[in-house]
Amino acid sequence: MREIKARDITEAVARLCQQANYELDEKVLAALRLAEQNETSPLGREALGQIIENTRVAKRQQLPLCQDCGTTVVFLEIGQDAHIVDGDLTEAVTEGVRQGYTQGYLRKSIVSQPFSARINTRDNTPPVIHTEIVSGDRIKVAVLPKGAGSENMSRMAMLKPSDGRQGVIDFAVRTVDEAGGSPCPPLTVGLGIGSTAEGVMILAKKALLRPTGQPSDDAETAELEKEVLSRINALGIGPLGLGGNVTALAVHAETRPTHIASLPVAVNLQCHSVRHKEVTL
Amino acid sequence: MDRVDIRSPIDAGEIEKLTAGTLVLISGIIYTARDAAHHRMVQALDNNEELPFDVKGQTIYYTGPTPARPGRVIGSAGPTTSRRMDAYTPRLLAAGLRAMIGKGERSAMVREALQKYRAVYFVAIGGAGALLSRSIKKAEIIAYDDLGTEAIRRLTVERFPAIVADDVYGADIFEQGKARYRTEAK
Repeated sequence: MREIKARDITEAVARLCQQANYELDEKVLAALRLAEQNETSPLGREALGQIIENTRVAKRQQLPLCQDCGTTVVFLEIGQDAHIVDGDLTEAVTEGVRQGYTQGYLRKSIVSQPFSARINTRDNTPPVIHTEIVSGDRIKVAVLPKGAGSENMSRMAMLKPSDGRQGVIDFAVRTVDEAGGSPCPPLTVGLGIGSTAEGVMILAKKALLRPTGQPSDDAETAELEKEVLSRINALGIGPLGLGGNVTALAVHAETRPTHIASLPVAVNLQCHSVRHKEVTL
Repeated sequence: MDRVDIRSPIDAGEIEKLTAGTLVLISGIIYTARDAAHHRMVQALDNNEELPFDVKGQTIYYTGPTPARPGRVIGSAGPTTSRRMDAYTPRLLAAGLRAMIGKGERSAMVREALQKYRAVYFVAIGGAGALLSRSIKKAEIIAYDDLGTEAIRRLTVERFPAIVADDVYGADIFEQGKARYRTEAK
């Protein structure tokens, strides 16, 4: 048994919220630079040039990369031998978001009463928290500020088993095609396949945490990722929808076993600036 | 790529010269408004009330900036998705609005209204809010203060980079781009 103080979780979340909003990971930057080299459309290259310059300005001035500082999605992998002391876990994470967004001059974008009054909660809480109990005595905290531009264009479908591999590919490609320039391409496409209706979207979202462009460990899934990516980049949408041959930087697929009667598929879209930071306590 | 300097508010004559795909640098005055401000402005029009600013000939920028750090004019301030404003846009165009800046495609109805009322739609680069904020030299809230980031702000901009997406002739940059670069069968 190892003790972890609630206060340390709060501090970690507050720091990760700010870092994720100010600085892109080197892997994402490398993918954007490669995209700029590969893009054949002049307007597409112009867009990528501004996106890359934006990362420099944001880092230097500690300004958010985007004015949409997102819904704060927090993934917790909690070791079964870790014991949280001096506070409540959910409150510790929520307080971290509150502090991070206030101290970091980040935009607060969350409204309560979603279908009626839509009142801003003024501190970007509550976060969306996903927890998983794993072996060990540590806690891994990952923060993914998720912008609405790309989240709004995400889709899920309960396909028929007879739709098969081709059905999955067609659904993913169609989702990106219909989204056009709105989700801020070049995208990272999180693709969940299997599980249940709610499980498949969490798979798609978790896929976004994988280092940009790292293929699936499973050969068959990696092959599927390649095929979906190549079809998406043939759509012509290009950076910000301005036309071009780079519409996605990567496709990350995650699969789980499913019911004999089901083939759930979910596409969670992520804009060009994959904002994600994590720490293990 | 070549860039054309333009002043906002944009002259009626200048609007006719802007064609889809042209890179522009906008200097002058633009107003911010996004979902909630649009909702209120159209409500005001419905009730025959005055708008918080006269939209005639003006430019609206779809953005909700992050809070400014002390000593700064504004925080990060890039464009938000324009299609959410599509339902409100024809009303504002009918009231004289001449230009909008946002990101992503517009509806067929908006594109028709742009031709009818001789107005243009620009895109700025989505997700480049830190970079774009450098072109904003002054920002003051002029209405709907209670909406926070969604309040209407009057911005003074200098050489704010944008691209003509939909012009008064019905041309659309997104259609053009797909037509040129698409190799996937529809």
